[in-house]
Amino acid sequence: MERNPLRRQLQIMRKSLFDQGYLDEQFVQLEELQDDSNPNFVEEVVTLYYRDSARLILNLEQALERKPYNFNKLDAYMHQFKGSSSSIGAKKVKAESTLFREYCKSGNGEGCMRCFQQLKKEYATLRKKLEAYFQLARQAGPMETACRPK
Amino acid sequence: MTVERIVSETKDPFPVGMRVLAVDDDPTCLLLLETLLRRCQYHVTTTSQAITALKMLRENKNMFDLVISDVHMPDMDGFKLLELVGLEMDLPVIMLSANGDTKLVMKGITHGACDYLLKPVRIEELKNIWQHVVRRKKFDRKDRNNSDSKDKPHADSGEAAGIGKADNNVKINKKRKDQNEDEDEDLDENGHDNDDPSAQKKPRVVWSVELHRKFVAAVNQLGIEKAVPKKILELMNVEKLTRENVASHLQALILTFSALSYYDPKVIRMLTVIFCFQKFRLYLKRISCVANQQANMAAAVGTADSSYLRMGSLNGLGNFHAFAGTDQLHNAAFRSFPPSGVLGRLNTPAGLGIRGLPSPGTIQLGHAQNSGHSSNDQSKLQSLVPGNHNTNILQGMPMSLELDQLQNNKGVTHIGELPTANSTAVFPVSGSLIDSRIAGFSNNSLGVTSNSLMLEGSSQQATLHASNLRDGVSSIGFQNVNTLSDFASIDPLSSQLRDSKADLQGQAAPINCNAGPMIRSVPQEWNAPYQSHLMSCSVNSSIPVNGAMVQLDQCLDRNNSIFHRTMDSDSIGPLNFVDPLSIEHSEGLNSAAMKPPVIEKEGYLMYQPRPHGNHIPDNIGSLEDLASAMMKQDRDKGNPTNGNFGHNSYSHRTCI
Repeated sequence: MERNPLRRQLQIMRKSLFDQGYLDEQFVQLEELQDDSNPNFVEEVVTLYYRDSARLILNLEQALERKPYNFNKLDAYMHQFKGSSSSIGAKKVKAESTLFREYCKSGNGEGCMRCFQQLKKEYATLRKKLEAYFQLARQAGPMETACRPK
Repeated sequence: MTVERIVSETKDPFPVGMRVLAVDDDPTCLLLLETLLRRCQYHVTTTSQAITALKMLRENKNMFDLVISDVHMPDMDGFKLLELVGLEMDLPVIMLSANGDTKLVMKGITHGACDYLLKPVRIEELKNIWQHVVRRKKFDRKDRNNSDSKDKPHADSGEAAGIGKADNNVKINKKRKDQNEDEDEDLDENGHDNDDPSAQKKPRVVWSVELHRKFVAAVNQLGIEKAVPKKILELMNVEKLTRENVASHLQALILTFSALSYYDPKVIRMLTVIFCFQKFRLYLKRISCVANQQANMAAAVGTADSSYLRMGSLNGLGNFHAFAGTDQLHNAAFRSFPPSGVLGRLNTPAGLGIRGLPSPGTIQLGHAQNSGHSSNDQSKLQSLVPGNHNTNILQGMPMSLELDQLQNNKGVTHIGELPTANSTAVFPVSGSLIDSRIAGFSNNSLGVTSNSLMLEGSSQQATLHASNLRDGVSSIGFQNVNTLSDFASIDPLSSQLRDSKADLQGQAAPINCNAGPMIRSVPQEWNAPYQSHLMSCSVNSSIPVNGAMVQLDQCLDRNNSIFHRTMDSDSIGPLNFVDPLSIEHSEGLNSAAMKPPVIEKEGYLMYQPRPHGNHIPDNIGSLEDLASAMMKQDRDKGNPTNGNFGHNSYSHRTCI
């Protein structure tokens, strides 16, 4: 257990992210890749993810504005989105992406739209939480090792 | 990277420092992948564009050991990249995707991916990817060892082209030798050049090495785009040679290459070997070692003016990318076929890419074309694509004769009866091959390869079509080239073929069958990044050897129309034939073309071996005999689409 209070707080925050299902094992992989030679790796990747996924979300929104829906296109965008979300371990977001793709495959426009709204919410939530997390991490100083979620 | 290199690395023991090229349009994934790979101590280069990746690979063949690519990319389909890499560079390619559908995974594998990973990729998985590089090299080395022991020493290279698996090599070599012995005499007697011009209707032109060289030189001089039979004929300035002969030869070459474009790495290898002779074989061998091959291939593929025909990398195909029948054909070089037919295709830079099956190991016949000139020589051949220049492909074809023979088998390509021209055998590899002279190759190669192997396919190997292919293939190329010790190299191939039972399952001439669709569809696909990959034509389609001019004319006409479409583009799109099985010859090897029961399975074109529709006399002493026999058969049957040569055929039909 960290003696440093900030660190402790950080750990708690981190744990809750896992416990609440926002992040999965993949995030731990990212953390493991972070080391002295690459001290901000996790944040870098996540930042990159947000930048790229913002673009995808925009594409999706635009595509969803055009009726009738081009499910193939929607599916393609979502496939990409899912890929990068899973790469950073964004569990809930990934789940929503999967659901969205299911709706696409079955041609369920309504389902797609609903799912997308939910996805955006999850995405926004995760983003906020991660931003807070990284901010705290910067304050707390470098983590020693990655801890596996209990 | 050659095995030797790996072994001798003292600084960092392999797999440390293995050079990986990572391609993914998703920046998050790419960054993650890069970091993971670095963590595994590999040397990583990344790019978010497939086109850039290809460019890098082509520029420097030896720059990478392994490629990891995402499936879903905006500028190029990952599978396409996979095919191309397999064909041109014969590098192991690992596919990555967030989508783990079995279908997709299957597609990846059939296209020649040596592995398919799901995103998010884990480091544990990446830690093992070096195996793919080693595996490839290992096989090569093994093959090489085997062939070395069997083959005669090759002057040009110390390595025997170990295309196939070791076992195969051994067997094939042996077989080949036997066959060759018989054939050689006949071949030699055939002499060079043309027959009496008065017999033009079915001229039996023996495309000797010398003649072929002239042909190649003429094509080179004219340039891919302008190399039409008439002009080639003029340039060649060979007495008694007719335009039809030339056209036929050209056609055969193209067909062969097209046919060779195949996704199945093994097939491609085989084809490569056969057609490219020694060099090609060597090339194949080296491919997995990641040696120069890439360079050659890349050059061949990349150069706009190279008309090399790329044989689908057999391995690549590993790469062998499974081609969906129609799709694959598209790529065919056919595109570049000018109305006059055959030549057009050759001209296309992409050459007929024979596909290579996914595993990049594929043989890229065309590659040889690096604009370089033959100086690429033998060592280059390793890369199969013997660097010589574009014409290399043609050069490699001394075997045209042989091909013809093969084609005669019923050769008419089915697609329209692609002209199975006498010479067919498009062996991209050629250029250098001939030059490089396959020295040292087992002698039997010459005779053996072609007809004997192929035609006798049936008699000999009832099984393994592969072997037939082998034989056939080898024979295809080498017929006339006495000096081609390549044949020896073919042996390995044969053995390889032999072993690739799975691959060759009685696929009759898939190429043939596909040719039709291919051609049609081809036009669309040829586009350059993919450069001609004639992958699809499986060996089976083999280039029909048309002894008869009549057929040729027919073919030509047909081809013209067929190619007509394809001509627009220069590049020869890869024919993705995934048809490892196609190489298999059925016993009868006959004209699978005719009624190829093509079974499309996941993109594989499988031809059922044709029942002895066209019977080719067993005792064909020489290609000529075979050719005539075939012609006769064809004529009798009026079945132009016989792609098969009598036996298991491996009909050399190049899909055009």
